[in-house]
Amino acid sequence: MIVARKLGKRFGDKRVLRNVDLDVPRGGFAVVTGANGSGKTTLLRMCAGLARPSEGELEVAVGRAAIGYLAHEPLVYRELTALENLDLYGRLYRVPERRERTGMLLERFGLWQARHDRVASYSRGMTQRLALCRVLLHDPSLLILDEPYAALDEQGAALLDDQLAELRGVRTFLVSTHDPARVERFATTRLALA
Amino acid sequence: MTYVADVGALARKDLLLELRARDTLPAMLLFVVSVFVVFHFTLPAHSSDLAASGLLWVAILFTALLGLGRAFVAEREQRVLDGLVLAPCDRSAIWLAKGIATLAFLVAAEIVALPVFALFFHGVSAATVGGIALADVGICGVGTFLGAMAVATRARDLLLPLLFLPLAIPIVVGGVGASTAASPGRYLGFLVLYDALFCVLCWASFEYVVTE
Amino acid sequence: MTHARAQFVPVSRLPRISLPALAGSSLVLVTLALTLIFFVVPNDANQGFSQRIFYFHVSIAITAYACFAWGAWKALRHLWKHDPRADLESYVAVHQGLIFGTLVLATGSIWAKISWGHWWLWSEDQLVLFLVLFLFYAAYFMLRFSVDPGPQQANFSAVYALFGVVLIPVSFAAIRLAKNLIHPVVFTLHGPNFGGWILVTYCVAQAAMLVFAYTLYRVELAGKRLDARLRELRLA
Repeated sequence: MIVARKLGKRFGDKRVLRNVDLDVPRGGFAVVTGANGSGKTTLLRMCAGLARPSEGELEVAVGRAAIGYLAHEPLVYRELTALENLDLYGRLYRVPERRERTGMLLERFGLWQARHDRVASYSRGMTQRLALCRVLLHDPSLLILDEPYAALDEQGAALLDDQLAELRGVRTFLVSTHDPARVERFATTRLALA
Repeated sequence: MTYVADVGALARKDLLLELRARDTLPAMLLFVVSVFVVFHFTLPAHSSDLAASGLLWVAILFTALLGLGRAFVAEREQRVLDGLVLAPCDRSAIWLAKGIATLAFLVAAEIVALPVFALFFHGVSAATVGGIALADVGICGVGTFLGAMAVATRARDLLLPLLFLPLAIPIVVGGVGASTAASPGRYLGFLVLYDALFCVLCWASFEYVVTE
Repeated sequence: MTHARAQFVPVSRLPRISLPALAGSSLVLVTLALTLIFFVVPNDANQGFSQRIFYFHVSIAITAYACFAWGAWKALRHLWKHDPRADLESYVAVHQGLIFGTLVLATGSIWAKISWGHWWLWSEDQLVLFLVLFLFYAAYFMLRFSVDPGPQQANFSAVYALFGVVLIPVSFAAIRLAKNLIHPVVFTLHGPNFGGWILVTYCVAQAAMLVFAYTLYRVELAGKRLDARLRELRLA
């Protein structure tokens, strides 16, 4: 699904990634670890298609429509409601049965009651759960999650655990985390960045 | 056509955001009327109608700048732009939708501004209105494009006027010509040319502004 | 399926003229041009000795346009072919263009003062056009240096350079629309309205300016590439 050879990334003078090799087969679960500033986010952004490599080769077997990317930021409009945000993404990703799927996800992640509230009024945990809904909305075959547990509350973390367990093997995962123990049981590939 | 649907979804979102926040449009309205009042005090006594016509275009340009400066603020502050860029839709749809929304605000502001101008100074001809309509397309097309770049820089709102004004000079020439010349046809035609050329350029190159 | 590969695109191999050869030819051509301008060409019937500045003014103007066009071409190569060398080449070309553009304003202003008695004339279309272009390309630098070095800076600069090259004819049309043309028309539709030594001198001056600009371009490019290489070595 993802093949990277000697991948490198530079921003002007600053080198962020150097000589990274990665192989994630379809249905695999890759866990990326490393200290802050080791380039985890950059690697994930490149796989998601938001950045181009400066050196090396990167091949991702699916297009944008089949990739779900969870960033540090929730990537939702604070002045819109949860429903409006998901409706927008649903249209952009051409999700079939958009309304039903949106409702199902909001309910699963415990946001149904707050669906008409502006995201600005949400707690951090709720916002991150909405971000997860956004990522899962179009049922992507490749899920790229950048430190998904970082902003989640207890409830959200448990829901994410369930979701990962459900989709493991069926979908391909690339997850970066500070807490590898949490996802260790799913991991098929491990990459540690210096 | 999914492209049209994408543009529609994005434009709806922009209009919805403005309806919620209700800050840009009222500001533009108040700004343009204030500018007219300032004009009254800056125009020397016995100034011709032509001078006031020229100043109308100055007012439109700077009111537009006010609105354009706000166009991509939400996307940048909350980094939502990444979310839109990730979507499978054509990236130019983001520019087109934002441009359409900004155009809507500018036109709304002008619907109030033109009668006020007529009240303070002198009436506006049909050619002027036509010129304004064509100029608005160019202003919003180019301005939205530059706004997307400006908002990604360190200088932000400092930069947008600097980038925009040289490109706005042909618009102003076309517009003032349409307002004041005896045969406005040529100037209106020129505005059509400007709009076509630059909107195509914006449409084709927006992809590179939001991706690497 | 997305496949991204960073690789060096083979640059189209034009015969690579060495820098010393370029500098030498610049020197020869400029000297020749100056000789022709000040000693050979006869005085202009209407404007006298001062008209000679026209040879500088027009050739510098055309050179500035050439620099902006070259910058836009390199910008296109950066965006379209991801040529890794193109961004720097585009930037240096635009830089040269801005320098020559400033010279156009200076020589034009001097010519205006000598010929018509004013340091600035709004009726001079070429002058006004270069004023607009000066503002535009000065903003290019503000844009470029307001973004951290990297792909975004390169993309923004490239797109803006493309806008510039479209702006040139559009602005020119706009300025002509706004005013009657007073600037003495050098090349009419029926061919140049002067002949003999004047044409020869102009062509030599033009060639000299173009070669000189290309020399400066290569010098600056070499310097900046050296800087980049040093930084790269330091990082590795």
